Amino acid sequence: MVTSPAAAKDNREKMLERAMSRHQYSGAALIEVLHTAQELFGCLSPPLLKTIAHKLKLPPSRVLGVATFYHFFSLKPKGEHTFVVCIGTACYVAGGFGLVEKLEHRCAKAGHTTEDGKVSVETARCIGSCGLAPAVIYDGTVLARVTPAGLEAELNKIGVR
Amino acid sequence: MTAEDLREKQTEELARQQGLQNRILCCTAAGCISCGASGVRQALAAEVEARGLSDKVEVCGTGCMGLCSRGPLVLNTASQRLYGNGVDAATIVSGSAPDQPGQSIDLQAPFFTRQTKIVLANSGRVDPEKLTDYIAAGGYQSLAKALEDMTPREVIEEVKKSGLRGRGGAGYPTGLKWDLVAKQAAPTKFVVCNADEGDPGAFMDRSVLEGDPHRVLEGMCIAGYAVGAQQGYIYVRGEYGLAIQRLQNAIKQAEREHLLGSRILEQAFQFRIDLRIGAGAFVCGEETALIASIEGKRGQPRQRPPYPPASGLWGEPTLINNVETFANIAPIIEKSGQWFASIGTAGSKGTKVFALAGKIANTGLIEVPMGMTLREILFDIGGGIPERKFKAAQTGGPSGGCIPEEFLDTPVDYESLAKIGSIMGSGGLIVMDDTSCMVDVARFFMEFCMDESCGKCIPCRAGTVQMYDILRRITKGEGSPADLEMLKSLAVLLRETSLCGLGQTAPNPVVSTLKYFPEEYQAHIRERRCPAGHCQLAPTDQEVPA
Repeated sequence: MVTSPAAAKDNREKMLERAMSRHQYSGAALIEVLHTAQELFGCLSPPLLKTIAHKLKLPPSRVLGVATFYHFFSLKPKGEHTFVVCIGTACYVAGGFGLVEKLEHRCAKAGHTTEDGKVSVETARCIGSCGLAPAVIYDGTVLARVTPAGLEAELNKIGVR
Repeated sequence: MTAEDLREKQTEELARQQGLQNRILCCTAAGCISCGASGVRQALAAEVEARGLSDKVEVCGTGCMGLCSRGPLVLNTASQRLYGNGVDAATIVSGSAPDQPGQSIDLQAPFFTRQTKIVLANSGRVDPEKLTDYIAAGGYQSLAKALEDMTPREVIEEVKKSGLRGRGGAGYPTGLKWDLVAKQAAPTKFVVCNADEGDPGAFMDRSVLEGDPHRVLEGMCIAGYAVGAQQGYIYVRGEYGLAIQRLQNAIKQAEREHLLGSRILEQAFQFRIDLRIGAGAFVCGEETALIASIEGKRGQPRQRPPYPPASGLWGEPTLINNVETFANIAPIIEKSGQWFASIGTAGSKGTKVFALAGKIANTGLIEVPMGMTLREILFDIGGGIPERKFKAAQTGGPSGGCIPEEFLDTPVDYESLAKIGSIMGSGGLIVMDDTSCMVDVARFFMEFCMDESCGKCIPCRAGTVQMYDILRRITKGEGSPADLEMLKSLAVLLRETSLCGLGQTAPNPVVSTLKYFPEEYQAHIRERRCPAGHCQLAPTDQEVPA
């Protein structure tokens, strides 16, 4: 079944509304609501933040403050594919920064997305897979003991120049 | 469910398990899943079915078995053979030796025999997604014992007697903390489990939550009974998807069986647990910042006192303990505080879970009695450093220090580690060999603290930036001798004047490397060379590869 984009969008707004009502529109649930909003919409756009502030009866500054304080929340849309390179201590010792360099060389600076919206490059402060260092999360899947050559192969597969 | 039903259920499940011919346990912790454990588990189930053994052989998922570097791990309990990566399902189900000797892991190796498991006793044996499995292993019996036979005061006395100290890093005596909260007269109190494991290089709490979530719930529930709280929160890192999923599942199961919620075990005691998902801020491991975050605010610490036992979540008395601390509670209630106190050293009782990582043969999760020496941990259990020479062990993450070879015989306990300029920390233990540059390690940790500083107090916000900048210059070959003096004076400033633990301990990696590896700093500054061959000191515009 194919839903039109407009219908899907409608649904997302409803789902966000439901999440807020589950928490009785309490300001204390702001972080939970932001988690849900990001899950539904991919990122927290300024209009979305304003809507949330209005519904939870919080000053927009407070909502923006919380959204920008935590690394998990992103105010810009993500690329089609996301590479998160772990740069926790174990991955650092095992050469995680070499992988960041490779991605920055071929795609975009860490924390950014390529201009064509294809790949987002991010870094993480320890994903807890230290036994598998260096680790990269590629579209939600943890890749273990990644080498620059292995990363290169993944990039070639998705057609990054 | 009453306590009687609980015991009945245990007998029933144990009988069922003993009636089976074989149980094949697959590690399904996040580490092994990344190595393909889900596929292995499916293949095993298919193999068992193909052989028509479905009613005699059970394939279960379990928590972390410890030796993450060899994963995905599978244990055939009938033949007591542990298989590493790359063994086919037919071999595992039959329990025979694999084609290559390296694929079978010797359970009599020091990695297994030198450990003492209390917190991880169920991890790798019990299916974290099945409540009955936990009950069969004696789960929730301690809660039943506390509710039926003990007063809250007696529970606290038992915890005090055990000598258990907070496993989050600071080592505050747990019994004392419980006592402080219990003595408050307020009608509303909270129990909070700090599962915001932010130290880069540490995955103990995640493994406990993934491998034995009910143990943590039981510990929190006993704590709630002891201090008089009816509501608990687990503040867990947003990055730990699998742990969150297993906790949610465990909470639902426990509520269904009246092990959480109202009228627990049909007694007049109620306790609810809700999850709060963190959003990626290291500073939220600090207790007052964690409280702010649960309240839906920016995770910024506040001045203490008042401490959370007096005024915490929404101004009410709040007990905050770490995951590993709560995981120690059920065994203490079951076997007595005296038993727990018989393990470990004079000042540090019990065991400690460590996450071994870095340049070491056996990376993974281990649990050892307090007081074991670093040498025993790294060389007997860890299997030593492959190919190269040991240089330093890092404990305590960005708040800890680097321990050089001369201190390898230091017993690992709170006091001894503090004496040599490091800390126990939450349990990350990262090994570095002679290819690691200690100046760059200091730079790495300072960069971490700089990024993670919440920005509330100036010494931390500005001081970490200054220290980072000096370290960055040194690693690029642009340092001057005066820089070292500046680093030392900034270190004192941060330690003395920062608001919270993040800023106060941020200089530790710098101070310890300056103390134990001064020649590396000198080589960078005076000779423009990196002894480890790690930093590129040529004066180019390029960023230093780390």
